[in-house]
Amino acid sequence: MVHVSFSSALTRHVACPPLEVPAGTVREALEAAFHREPRLRGYVLDDQGVLRKHMAVFVNGAPLADRRGLGDRVAEGSEIAVIQALSGG
Amino acid sequence: MADELMVATRKGLFAVAPAGGGGWGVRDIAFKGDNVSLAFADPRDGARYAALNHGHFGVKLHRSDDRGKTWREVATPAFPAGEPASVKTPAGDLIPPAVSLIWALEAGGAAEPGRIWCGTIPGGLFRSDNSGESWELIRPLWDHPGRAEWFGGGADLPGIHSILVDPRDPRRVSVGVSCGGVWVTTDGGASWACRAQGMRAAYMPPERALDPGIQDPHRVVLCAARPETMWAQHHNGIFRTDDGGGSWREILGVEPSTFGFAVAVHPREPDTAWFVPGVSDQHRIPPDGHVVVTRTRDGGKSFEILRRGLPQDHAYDLTFRHALDIDSSGNRLAFGTTTGSLWVTQDQGDSWSPVSQHLPPVYAVRFVA
Repeated sequence: MVHVSFSSALTRHVACPPLEVPAGTVREALEAAFHREPRLRGYVLDDQGVLRKHMAVFVNGAPLADRRGLGDRVAEGSEIAVIQALSGG
Repeated sequence: MADELMVATRKGLFAVAPAGGGGWGVRDIAFKGDNVSLAFADPRDGARYAALNHGHFGVKLHRSDDRGKTWREVATPAFPAGEPASVKTPAGDLIPPAVSLIWALEAGGAAEPGRIWCGTIPGGLFRSDNSGESWELIRPLWDHPGRAEWFGGGADLPGIHSILVDPRDPRRVSVGVSCGGVWVTTDGGASWACRAQGMRAAYMPPERALDPGIQDPHRVVLCAARPETMWAQHHNGIFRTDDGGGSWREILGVEPSTFGFAVAVHPREPDTAWFVPGVSDQHRIPPDGHVVVTRTRDGGKSFEILRRGLPQDHAYDLTFRHALDIDSSGNRLAFGTTTGSLWVTQDQGDSWSPVSQHLPPVYAVRFVA
């Protein structure tokens, strides 16, 4: 199973408690989260399915390599963290 | 007269209403701390809409069916996944479209309950027939070859900021594009034509200055009682048409300036319109530090400068394109500014009363009809 957690800033707008899912890629893991709460998709990805510019995803502490396809591989026990990059005022 | 104002700001949506003694005050705030880019109340069913721009998390749309007491997120207009890269960046690259700002929200016709039009950056026009529960991209405008000429003005990407539905025939819809002129459909969106002949773009090379498809109307409004008459506050001037956009006429020599973003027209008097001037595109501040409103009652032949009740000493308020509104009576107007000031007039601008000078930056002001 892969563990997925979301920034608390995101939970203010849409319900997204952590979840444990079977997944081989970041895309598969996030799709499971979007299946649970469809509104979450638009908060994390843009119209074209690309990770939003000011969002960041870490896999076991390393930044996501494939922001467009979310094809980074994950393995049993991987930790995926979906957080917001710093910007704005 | 309208008895409530929706005021969309950088840090929340304010409900402003008469507070006794002739003044107006803030009655309520929704989305406190969040960036509300636009708000609108549907005069047909009373539903209220608020467009949020969360930055990190993108833009969202919320609706209230109980006059603003509670809000619920509805669908956000979005481009179809897999849409080809057709949006030009300032660097000249083409990128796939994704909605980055909800920049216009208007009701459809009186006999079209639930129909809402939405304009966006990067230039997509959307329509909902179920009060925002789902949206459809208006393909014929998006796929029109003329869109390739559009470019960003202020924002990096082009956008639709004005949507004007003809009250007599809701199949006739005009949209204002920065930068892309004014586009009109007469068949409900199935076909579109650019209607900006007569506009002049001082920011373009001379050989392109009169090109209708690259004009930058900052804001376009129509007179409800005579929809053929539209007024535009353009990037470098004031323009008016009396034939539904077939030809536009520039209004020159308006003091203190013809630069600005906002325009309002009287709902029954097509010759009466208001503007909130700034110095110029290079100096987006009030002339001489004086906040004033200009008003014409004769179709642009002459203008009055209205300043009673407005600050006349070191004031640097700028009024954005959606931050001036007029109610259905034609007597009451309101405008809000980048420095958090908000004023209301009950006498067509002869005198103005301050509501607040400490709001967050104001993006949009809209009377609840």
